[in-house]
Amino acid sequence: MSAAIDLSLYAKPEADGRVSMDLAVDGVTCGACIGRIEGAVKQLPGIAEARLNFTNRRLHVVWNGDAEPERIVETLAANGYHGHPFVPLRAEQEEAAEARRLTRCLGVAGFAAMNVMLLSVSVWSGNASDMTSETRDFFHWASALIALPAAAYAGRPFFQSAWRALKARSTNMDVPISIGVVLALGMSLVETAHHAREAYFDSAIMLLFFLLTGRALEHAMRRRTRAVAGNLAALKAESASRFDGDELVAVPVAALRAGDRLMIRSGERVPADGAVLSGRSKVDEGLITGETARRRVAPGDTVYAGSFNYDGALTLTVTAAGGASLIDEIEKLLEKAASAKSRAMRLADRASRIYAPVVHATAALTCVGWLIAGASVHDAIVTAIAVLIITCPCALALAIPAVQVVAAGALFRSNVILNAGDAIERLAEADTIVFDKTGTLTLPEPRVVAAEKVDPEVLEIAARLALSTRHPLATALAREAKSRVPFEGAIEEPGRGVRATIDGIEARAGSAAFCDVPEVVSMPGLSHIYFTHGGKSAAIAVAQSLRPDAVETIARLRALGLDLRILSGDRAAAVAPVAVALGISKWGASLKPAEKIGLIEDLKRGGRRVLMVGDGLNDAPALAAAHVSLSPISAADLTQAQADAVFLGERLAPVADTMIVARRARALMAQNLWLAVIYNAVAVPVAIVGLVTPLIAALAMSGSSLLVTLNALRARRGGAA
Amino acid sequence: MNVLVYLVPLALGLGLAGLFGFLWALRSGQYSDVDGAALRILQDDDVEPGR
Repeated sequence: MSAAIDLSLYAKPEADGRVSMDLAVDGVTCGACIGRIEGAVKQLPGIAEARLNFTNRRLHVVWNGDAEPERIVETLAANGYHGHPFVPLRAEQEEAAEARRLTRCLGVAGFAAMNVMLLSVSVWSGNASDMTSETRDFFHWASALIALPAAAYAGRPFFQSAWRALKARSTNMDVPISIGVVLALGMSLVETAHHAREAYFDSAIMLLFFLLTGRALEHAMRRRTRAVAGNLAALKAESASRFDGDELVAVPVAALRAGDRLMIRSGERVPADGAVLSGRSKVDEGLITGETARRRVAPGDTVYAGSFNYDGALTLTVTAAGGASLIDEIEKLLEKAASAKSRAMRLADRASRIYAPVVHATAALTCVGWLIAGASVHDAIVTAIAVLIITCPCALALAIPAVQVVAAGALFRSNVILNAGDAIERLAEADTIVFDKTGTLTLPEPRVVAAEKVDPEVLEIAARLALSTRHPLATALAREAKSRVPFEGAIEEPGRGVRATIDGIEARAGSAAFCDVPEVVSMPGLSHIYFTHGGKSAAIAVAQSLRPDAVETIARLRALGLDLRILSGDRAAAVAPVAVALGISKWGASLKPAEKIGLIEDLKRGGRRVLMVGDGLNDAPALAAAHVSLSPISAADLTQAQADAVFLGERLAPVADTMIVARRARALMAQNLWLAVIYNAVAVPVAIVGLVTPLIAALAMSGSSLLVTLNALRARRGGAA
Repeated sequence: MNVLVYLVPLALGLGLAGLFGFLWALRSGQYSDVDGAALRILQDDDVEPGR
């Protein structure tokens, strides 16, 4: 392993003079891990506190000043866990604060709703029997005392959002909610002062409670996926070997600055854009351009962050951000694509835009209608407000978030993490899927081809030899090793191969010349690792291979009625076999990022809703241009940030699961909206004729909310095949 | 009915106590690791690991 990495970047000083660090820990599977990890870390000198959060798999360590954070990572590794320090993103911290605020509001609203309801039920039964008007007034005043401050506190999320919308001269669902709550409370207060029989304190506060429940759930789900995404980002963060003077120091990539000199060994990913100072090698730029053929680089050449160094060690200087023409070009395209993306109006926005005017007009007409019919001004206003209360969009406001939360949970279990809140609706609308090839349809790393055709004994020895090197082709071979123990005394000759003495005879794995065997005539896209041991020799083919379930998943997607295409930056010779294997007849190869966008725009002009699935840096603009996008977790950071959702693991199945869950969720959203409409169609006439009492309002509101929530739970089913 | 004059405030007081309990629990991070709490109860803190 390389030298310990300098982690001082991640340590943050605490208020009490101590120092703390957060680590994302990989490999935590059961309760026993908590004790093992905390116990081991606490035994290190200087560590004051170590606490593993099992929910989000993060370890919080505090020390008194002179502990070595590197030892924490080493101790975790010695116990079989990967610990990666990270600094929580600001977005994540803000979201955590917002979630706490919502939960506090929910607590207050819950308390108030229960107590006001306690008093209201007494009033309802008292009205039916023999309650004196003094007692009723006392109960109403007590309700007001609870409900007014509680609503002022717990209603803030809605009032603030409504105010922002009104200031921006637009409207959202929170506007009718706020108007309804404020009017209901105001009218109840006036009615109480006039010793009326009925007050609506319970309706107003219960409405807030239901709505806050929906919002808090939505937030909790978003936070959970955000935490997982944050951990994955931390696990992916790599270190770079930087020259400090002549000395080589391992530093986190985040600490690199322009002008730093770096050493890139064979088998390492280039951490930053740079110019080669010395050394020659071949680099794989698959993650950047989609091209699988490796490019030769020599001193003076530019290499891009994300390329994979194959053969020899390189020294390079980090160039200033913006110096890399390729990244520049991609970012320019990205900006254009993102701004050109039509902000399609979401279902909830559309519903609220129709809803608010209709409801307010109905209430106004009710008031006018009663006045014309000869009712008193007081009665007319009370009836109009009852209409507003009964139509307050309790069910409507829950109808869509509830489905989103449940569907996001179902996707989470299918290994899909949503980045964008409205992604589910857009996913459901997709009718065409455009796949990138390299790293999306194929696995991000090469694999041994036709391993079963190689003599198993030979394969095992060759694979164990390959364990001693980090060369990417060898890594593919090393995957086949059944025993994970490398041979003792194995020596790597950089750029050539590995040799070791096994049973007294030297075994070699590496290039044909190194193994002294004839070179096999290679097909494009295939690389060979040669092996010789005594009399035995073999040429083991390594290539980019399809994800294990690609064929099956593509068939499932086709069965869903989706039009499938491949747009790749790779050569036609490399794309064609993949297209044939998957039975996809429409494909394009050697496409530049701008050409990919052009093709997607053409599809969009043809009235199609395109789902783009891609991982490369060259796909990022296309992902932004498409109606909706998915990325594998192995994708370049910039690309992942553009994608609406990210899927984990080696399998392609999450793509099909996503479509199934999204479509069902969309259907349930529509159903829920209809349920809300039907509820209003029944309740509004009753309110208009003036028959609504607080009891009926309470029953109708909780009944409809419960109905849409239960219906939303049906989105749980399915997804995972 | 005079009994209500102190029973209702008493009920409210109990409710408020519950509310403050909840807010305290939220503030002190009792809800930050819900899954972990279920597993920590099974740990033997007084037994050295590995013994």
